[in-house]
Order: sequence, then C-alpha cells, then structure tokens
Amino acid sequence: MPLHEEHKKRAGRNYALGGILLAMVALFFIITLVKLSVI
Amino acid sequence: MQTVAPIENQTMHRDYLPGVGDFFELLKPRVMSLVIFTAIIGMVMAPGDIHPVIAFTAILCIAVGAGAAGCLNMWYEADIDARMIRTADRPIPSGRIDRQTALHFGVALSTASVLMMGLSVNYVAGALLLMTILFYVLVYTVWLKRRTPMNIVIGGAAGAFPPLIAWAAVTGDVSIEAMVMFGIIFMWTPPHFWALSLFSCKDYKAAGIPMLPVVSGEAETRTQIILYTLLMVPMSVLPWVLGFAGPVYGMVAMILGAVFIYLVGALAVKKDIKTARRTFFYSIFYLFTLFAVMGGEVMIGRML
Repeated sequence: MPLHEEHKKRAGRNYALGGILLAMVALFFIITLVKLSVI
Repeated sequence: MQTVAPIENQTMHRDYLPGVGDFFELLKPRVMSLVIFTAIIGMVMAPGDIHPVIAFTAILCIAVGAGAAGCLNMWYEADIDARMIRTADRPIPSGRIDRQTALHFGVALSTASVLMMGLSVNYVAGALLLMTILFYVLVYTVWLKRRTPMNIVIGGAAGAFPPLIAWAAVTGDVSIEAMVMFGIIFMWTPPHFWALSLFSCKDYKAAGIPMLPVVSGEAETRTQIILYTLLMVPMSVLPWVLGFAGPVYGMVAMILGAVFIYLVGALAVKKDIKTARRTFFYSIFYLFTLFAVMGGEVMIGRML
C-alpha cells in the first residue's frame, strides 16, 4: 500500500475513533443530566 | 461455474490496513438494520413513557450489541465463511482484518453495550441484552450451527429478542405482548433462513454446515417451511386478537400471511430456485411491513 494512502486511511480511522469518543462523552453527559432530571 | 473460495484466503494481506468500513462490515449492518427496526417498534408498542435520550441510548445499545454479536460470529466462523461464496469476501476470510482484532473488537463492543444499557437504561434491559449476545454467540454460533439442522430454529431466538429488550427498556419488565412480538420473529426465522438455504445449499454443503436441505433434502425443507409458516401466521395475528395492535394491523397481518402461505405453497409445487428466492425476499418485506404497520397504527392512534 502506498504511504500516502496508508496515512490517509490511518487518519480516517483516527478521526472516526475521535468522533465516536466525543459523541460518547456528549451522550454520557446528557444521560447524566436526564438522570438528575435537569432536562 | 463458480468455485468455492479457497481456505488460504484467510491469510492476512500484509500491506493492507483495515479501514473504518472494514470494521463496520464486521457488525453485519444489514442484520443490524432489521434489529434496530424491530427494537424501535418494540419501544413504540410498550406502554409508558421513556425520555427520548434514554430511548436513543437503548436503541444504540441494542444496535451495538447486535453488531458485536455479529462480529463475534464472524470471528468464530471465519473458517466456514472462507468456504462459502456468499461469505468469502467478509473482512476476516478475505484477509482484511485478522481474527484476533475481530475478537477484541466484538468483546469490547459487547461489554460496552451491556454495561451502558444496564447503567443508563435499566438492569432488566441490560441483562436481556447480555443474554441475547451470549445466546447468539455461544448457543447458536458455537454449539448449534455446526451440529444440527435445527440450528436456525433454536438459534433464531437471538434475532427475536430486540423488541423484547426495547420493551423492557421502557417498562422495566417483560410482558405477554413483548413475548408475542418475540414469537412472531421466532416463528418467522426458520422459513426465512430455510428459503435462503434452498438456493445457497451448495455453499452450506461446501462449508459442512448441517442446514436442513443439506441433511434432510430439499423436499423436507419445503415441508418444514410450510409448517413454520402455518404456525407463524396465527402468531402474527395475535397482537390484534390480544388488543395491543389495531384492526388495520390485523387486516394487514392476515393479507400478508395469506400471501406468505401462497408463496410457500408455490415453493412446494414448483421446486425451483426462483420461487425460493422470491419467498426469501418476500419474508424480509413481510416482517418489515408487519412491524411497520403495527408500530405505525399505534403511533397514529396516540396522536389522534
């Protein structure tokens, strides 16, 4: 696999993982607010 | 003539880096879509209120749990997947993802989905999700699939759990209505998969999986398809009979069921691949429509 293509793929994976982690943080925060009856 | 994929396909491509799409493929997205759909309907049908955020979390956990079970299934079945044309291009047999990575991915997602369901929704839903994953992986994949032609009958229960879990997410328990929804999918699974196995028989034979047409022949499979369809149709009308689905649903269930019976009857007479294929695709349409009408009518009724 050419190096630039590998970098591109690796970056795609990292962005996807980062996005999932951020979404999880946001979801846990919102769930906490729901459980505390804030929203 | 098509050839069966060679087992050496399982060796990893050294210069290949698995991408997001490869991991997503491990989750069996098509199966997941049906799971999400039936779970949403289970949630709609359940009495009581659930906060939209908790509802979203429950559906997300069910989807991830189902995907994780599919991933663990692919991990365990990599050897037989490599022998079947239909599955030879999956991430593990095609060498895009190694088995160990798939195992870690599946276990991580299973654990995360069950914990999240138990802690953020309720313990009953979490326990049911855990039971579903274990049932699919241990009972169906590891124990039954390679041993008995009845694999799909018992193993099919795993696919029937999602509306039950979604119901439990709302109510915190399991009632007769949820069991009926479970029963519809449970009875639907054998005709659906046996219709598939009628035109994928060579694949299953090559992989050494004792599917009904391989072990007992196509004639017996057609008879069993008819029997299970005849059991499934009355089960599909039960939600209306028990009063938790409306008359439109009752009518649609009877019409769709009559068409299903006609198709499996035609399958017994014509004995060709075209009719088996038609029955298989109709079975997917059948379940989607049945649940869509069931949930749709209840939602419209609540809005009026």
